[in-house]
Formats: sequence, structure tokens, C-alpha cells
Amino acid sequence: MWVKQISVFLENKSGRLAAVTRILGNEGINIRALSIADTSDFGILRLIVDDPAKAYSKLKEGGITVSETEVIAVEIPDTPGGLASVLDILDAGGANIEYLYAFVSKSSGNALVLMKVEDLDKAAAALKANNIPVPGAEQVYNI
Amino acid sequence: MGYWNQEYECMPVEQRQELQLERLQSLVKRLYENVPHYQRAFRAISLRPGDVQSLDDLKRLPFTTKDDLRQAYPFGLFATPLKSIVRVHASSGTTGKPTVVGYTKDDVETWSEVMARTLACAGVTSDDIMQIAYGYGLFTGGLGVHYGAEKLGATVVPVSVGNTKRQVMLMEDFGTTVLACTPSYALHLAEVLQESNIDPSRIRLRIGVFGAEPWSYALGREIEQKLGVISIDIFGLSEIIGPGVASECPYNMGLHLFDDHFLPEIIDPDTGEQLPYGQKGELVITTLTKQGFPLLRYRTRDVTVLHPEPCPCGRTHVRMSRIMGRTDDMLIIRGVNVFPSQIETALLELGQVEPHYLLVVDRKGNLDTIEIWVEVSEKVFKDEVRHLEKLEKTMQREIEGILGIGVKVKLVEPKTIERSQGKAKRIVDRREVYKEG
Repeated sequence: MWVKQISVFLENKSGRLAAVTRILGNEGINIRALSIADTSDFGILRLIVDDPAKAYSKLKEGGITVSETEVIAVEIPDTPGGLASVLDILDAGGANIEYLYAFVSKSSGNALVLMKVEDLDKAAAALKANNIPVPGAEQVYNI
Repeated sequence: MGYWNQEYECMPVEQRQELQLERLQSLVKRLYENVPHYQRAFRAISLRPGDVQSLDDLKRLPFTTKDDLRQAYPFGLFATPLKSIVRVHASSGTTGKPTVVGYTKDDVETWSEVMARTLACAGVTSDDIMQIAYGYGLFTGGLGVHYGAEKLGATVVPVSVGNTKRQVMLMEDFGTTVLACTPSYALHLAEVLQESNIDPSRIRLRIGVFGAEPWSYALGREIEQKLGVISIDIFGLSEIIGPGVASECPYNMGLHLFDDHFLPEIIDPDTGEQLPYGQKGELVITTLTKQGFPLLRYRTRDVTVLHPEPCPCGRTHVRMSRIMGRTDDMLIIRGVNVFPSQIETALLELGQVEPHYLLVVDRKGNLDTIEIWVEVSEKVFKDEVRHLEKLEKTMQREIEGILGIGVKVKLVEPKTIERSQGKAKRIVDRREVYKEG
């Protein structure tokens, strides 16, 4: 049920991001959301795509260093204070967030926040107890 | 021209050859009797010590390699009991273990003698104030130059390497006249000096005694201009004795190799065949007088040419050109010997990364830098920045621990380091240290 995120190691040199996205494009894989964490030497590209299993194997075939990570998706009303209230809940529930990124869903108009947390079950339980919607993986891939 | 020991430095060549033969015969006998490694090597070619009848017989004797030294770690090649060894030094080896060398009291005396000759050859006298900015410790540079300078009677300032601001302060306050350090550090010092508010007329430097790494004449001229010194190249290696094997004189005719103590040859590195004077090849040295750690036909892996003609300075020692390259993949970085295999060992011991790496050596603002590019395999890749940065730091610490110098590890994508057919290309050296001009 967790959302599978594809993470890619990128060296800091021109053309690398283009190379990765071209592989996905050629295979008809659609990118739903992405974020990049970067340092002076390298970056990590994080992707949510419509077919993570295929993306993983095609990138690997293309000689790219890739890994699969499970993240949790949280639907938040696209209003001021929306994210803060969710973070408060996770904080109170003792769920430690490694990183997060967000995008706005075309269909619902709500913000969708993707979070990498230490303990997925714990985070999900805290959110559910507070009636915050946690969309399933398929739902996120097909937004 | 100030000699330290005119009798030996200006000895007629024929007379020196007699001395060399006498010393070679005594060396071979000592090695045969005291060092099992050499006894085995002589027996393998059915050679008895008495068979050495002329200097020409030298080419029949077995070589000694860095690998022999490694296998004898730590004291296996010592020719005297440890009790008579008064000092050990060590330099980095090709793998994790260093190469250990030992000196008896007599050896320390010999070392001081040849080092005093080196300094006298450079033009240093007992009136000089000499700042020694080579590293002190297991490295032979600091203490080797130190003993020679004291023997010569110069006023020694044993400041060792580093803390450049303090070096500059002492240089001004003490009125240092001779600077001894690596050429790259000299250039660094020159720039720190220029950036300071010190009145140039308060700097009394006149001679720079530079060694422990190869350097071009162009770099020498730059240092001379910036520091107001004449620059003298000195040569040595810890296996042979340390600094004090050969030195330039102000005539700039190559380095005078003190061949009454160190018998040089040039060989073809592939066939091992001895080459005549004037031909370029690998320098091989036999230590004629050392007691504690004598070596027969040690393959230095340094490439140079020997010249027999005497120098206008009057010394009759054979001269060698500045080192022109290496026959192995050793790098000299900030005066420290670095072998790619040491880095490979460190990486493999960590067991986390692929053995695909590239060493990128450069000179930034006069200081050598070394970057180690390592491919990130799927095995180690995690999607968190801190995890990868920790991996970089771990590798960095491990490698620094083995090499003893600062390095930077850079993670790169897999398959980006060139796979060559046959011998892997492991090194990119952008410094052009062996370039002439």
C-alpha cells in the first residue's frame, strides 16, 4: 500500500537529468512528481511515476544507479495552514520525517504531500486517527 | 666553491672506482653473511661473494625491489642486530604497510656527512640561518636535512612543515637565509609572504634547498623570483638513506650523486639490462657503506640519465639529470609517496564500493590536491543525502589514515570511469610535474 518512489543518483554534471528523463519518456513512463536533493558533488532525484516497477528496471538497464523507496502520501487541503496541521499530528505521533515534497493534484485540487518517514506504520496510524486521508499507491500513480 | 669533504668530492675518478669496488666487495660479503634474503638470492644464481672482482660484475648481482622490502616488513632486511640500530624511519609502501628503514650510529654519521655535502654543494655555510620546513618524524626529510645542517654548523630552525604564517614570522624575525622544504610548499610560502605586510627588505633568504618531489625548472624560476633565492634540487629516497643522495650545485649541471656512498646505474626497466652513460632509464642504487639497512641494486623506479663528465665546480661525482618520470604508478603529493594500490586496498577493505576509482591530482594555488572518484553502486546507494555524505566521509577518513595526507572523495555515477583494455587508467595528473622548461 505504500507509494513506491524511484530514487536516482545523479552526478553534478550537465545532461544527467535529461538522460534519466529521456529513458522514462522513451518507455512511455509518466512522471507524476519529482524533487531533487543536491550537494556540491552530486544530487538525488526522487520520482513518483505511473509505473514504478517498469521505471526501476528500465533505468537500471540504462546503467543508472537507482533504488526504490517507500514513502507515504498525504492529502492536504490546499489552504494556508494545511501542511502545518498535518506536521503537528505527525510530530505528536512521534513520526520522524526524513524529507518531503508536495504537488497539487489535478483531479481533487488538494495538495498531495509525499513523505519519507522512519516508521511508515506509525505515521499512517497517527494520520488515520486524525482522519487525514492517506491515498493508496495506485491512486497516487494515476493522479 | 665550498666543499664539505674535498678529498672525496673531488677524488680522481679512477681512485674512486677502486674505492667503490673495495666497498662493493665488502657490502656483498656483509649481505651474504647477515641477510637471509640476499644469501638465498646469491645461492639461486650460484654466486659467491668472492666472485665480485670488478665493478663490471655489478650487473651480475640481483636487484632489490620495493616488493622485497614489503615482504621483509618490518626488519627482515636489516643487516645488523636491532640492538645496534639507533633510528628507524618509514615511508608509505605500496599497500597498507610502510617501508621501514634502520640506521646504526655509523649510518646516522654517514647520512649527516652526505647531507652536509649536499648543503655545502647548494652553497650553504656555517654562517647561514636555516629554516627546515620538511616534515619531521617517520619521514626522512626533516631529520635528514637537520643532521646535515647541524654538522655543517648552520644555525638550524627546526620548524617542520605547516603553520605557514608562523613560518613567515620566523623568517622575518630570525633573518632566515636558507629555506629547506618541498618546492610546492616553497611556492605556497612565497604567496603567503606576498600577502603579508612584511617589508621585503626584511627577508634575507638567499638559498632554497628543495626536494622530496619532482619539480620543473619553470616552477624553480617562479620560486626564485618570488622568494629572491637560488633554488637547488636535492635528491634522495628513504630506502637509500633519505635526502643526501645527490644535489645540484649553483652551476646547474644536474645533481652530483655521492657515488662513493651510493653506486648508481641506469637500467632498461623492462629487460633489467644496464645502459651506458647518457641513456635514459631507471635509476638503480647500491648503498656501498650503509650498515644497518644496506641495499644491493635497489630499483628506485625513478627515470633519469647519468653523466660522467666533471662539473666546473670541481666535483668529480657522476651527475644525474633531474628526475624525468617513474616506471611505476607512484605519485608524489605534497612530498608524500602515494601508490594507487594503497587507495584500492582502503576502498576494498571498506567493502562497500566497487573497485572502480580514479585519482585526480591537481595543483590548486600551489598545493597539491588529490580527489578520489568512486563509482556509486546500487549496493551502497540510499536515497538520503546524509547517508551518501557519510559514505564519502568514511572513505575519506580511511584513505587519509593510510596515506597521511588530506584527500577528497567524490561519488560519481557507475560506468563513468573509463574501463580500459588491459591496464586500468587510475590516475589523472594535471600538475605536469615532469615537464621541462
